[in-house]
Amino acid sequence: MNTKDLELKSIDYRKTILEIIFNGGAGHTAGSLSCIDILNVLYNNILDINPRNFNNYDRNHFIQSKGHSVEALYTVLCDLGFFSKDDLSTLNKFDSHFIGHPTKKIPGIEHNTGALGHGLSVAVGMAIGFKLDKQNHKVYTLLGDGELSEGSIWEALLSANKYSLDNLVVIIDRNQLQITGKTEDVNPIEPLKEKFNAFNLSTKEVDGNSVKELNNILANTPFEKNKVNLIIANTTKGKGISFMENEVMWHHKVPSNEQFILAKKELEELKMNIEND
Amino acid sequence: MIERANLEVFAETLLELAKKDKNIIVVTSDSRGSGKLTRFGMELPQQIIEVGIAEQNLVGICAGLSAVGKKVFGVSPSSFLTARSLEQIKNDIAYSDHPVTLVGISAGVSYGQLGSTHHSIHDIAVLRAINNIDIVVPADNYETKEVIKSAVNYQRPLFIRFGKKPMMKLHDGNHNFKIGNGIKIKNGNDLVIVSTGETVQRAFKACELLEKINISCSLISMHTIKPFDENILLNSISKVKGIITIEEHSVSGGLGEKCASILSQKNINLPFKILGFPDEYMMNGSQKDVLDYYNMSDEKIAKIAQNMIK
Repeated sequence: MNTKDLELKSIDYRKTILEIIFNGGAGHTAGSLSCIDILNVLYNNILDINPRNFNNYDRNHFIQSKGHSVEALYTVLCDLGFFSKDDLSTLNKFDSHFIGHPTKKIPGIEHNTGALGHGLSVAVGMAIGFKLDKQNHKVYTLLGDGELSEGSIWEALLSANKYSLDNLVVIIDRNQLQITGKTEDVNPIEPLKEKFNAFNLSTKEVDGNSVKELNNILANTPFEKNKVNLIIANTTKGKGISFMENEVMWHHKVPSNEQFILAKKELEELKMNIEND
Repeated sequence: MIERANLEVFAETLLELAKKDKNIIVVTSDSRGSGKLTRFGMELPQQIIEVGIAEQNLVGICAGLSAVGKKVFGVSPSSFLTARSLEQIKNDIAYSDHPVTLVGISAGVSYGQLGSTHHSIHDIAVLRAINNIDIVVPADNYETKEVIKSAVNYQRPLFIRFGKKPMMKLHDGNHNFKIGNGIKIKNGNDLVIVSTGETVQRAFKACELLEKINISCSLISMHTIKPFDENILLNSISKVKGIITIEEHSVSGGLGEKCASILSQKNINLPFKILGFPDEYMMNGSQKDVLDYYNMSDEKIAKIAQNMIK
């Protein structure tokens, strides 16, 4: 998919995220909006995961460790045909498998996440498995920046480096905010790049809301032979909706009817600008 | 007859199986020595993953390896494996439904004088409360070998725990071991003793003491705690005057309370005694001394049984 198509997709995805959260009455709004461009590029241009090959081991794998941004993941998987929009509209309803965190009950989801700091170890296990089998498949995982306070993340990075997992691509959704406030106020994680480099990982920074930059970087792994690929994707929490951007309260706030209409209007305007470009 | 430690039988059995199946992968957390897996590591270096002292990471990596088709055994001291990594067991193995086998070594009070940080007398209770993981506590070398053989192609998350002392032979080998089916080691009419793991041999010796004074006991090795074999328990109690359960575990949430729950919900009211560790700051000592202190010596078990049917 070319850049323009990806950009248009991202706008449609943002609309769907807001729609399902609005209708479902709950969701992690701002974090889904910050990481949707990453998921967009991954699923449409990089991963080659689809409903036909999903049940094989023999393919790339993706684990969303920051499970709370599941609305973004549902949106992309729905677009790829893993399930229908009608299925997705059951989000948060009693007895629906579409709950507030990813589970394998949903077609297209690899692993149940939600408790933070878990996905990376699982991804490391998958990547080791592929190395043992001399398979060229890659394993991608998306972590939140607040999630980096979990000690298990750093355990997993040690093992990833030990086993020279250049088939592992770790993406940090660096949106600078977590539920309480700024990551640097809650529990500072900077200097992040230096930390990752000190762990002997191959670290790159990217504008995580630029599908063009994301596509360039994700299409070129491994960055270095025998080194883990670590991408700090600098994003904006609430990206795309002016009144949600960088506002802590939108972590899991549901838009009111007026806010929903306003947000859709902003996205329509963005779409027109891109189409007319 | 005293045989070998279950730990040694486990390691030997796993090595034999892994030589024939390269998809068998062992994951250790600086625990290959204590897991008797040094030889495994030397003979099959491609089939052992070492994560260092990082039990949470160990469990997550096990889940990932399983997700890409490996038959995974995560081996770590039971205390750390089931407490520090409990959330990984709950979410990444059980909830995510990866048929990993987690092996808790040096369980119960096997670590003796090393104290409560190393004792694992909570593991059965916490894992019983987690959906979608089965629990097996083999008593002797036979049960250990059989459960490891069964575990390789077991299609569900599984936790196995045992200690490291040589165990006596409890089975004649004619039993048909199956995860989920308890084994009747002795048949008797006066009492039923239900035990699991390394205390079964103590119960066995207590039964022999009781036989000398004409008290005959049924003895059940309840190697599988989950799924629980209700039938073997219910089919053994019709004529007896009492039931004793014995476990190297806290009395809270273990084998005894499981039996009590079944019996009370069937309106069966028989004299009933749970032997295990009470809710208190634990006495320190060797495994033998600690078990003896908490009423699980052969003689004390026999005495409690004798008093029960007076």
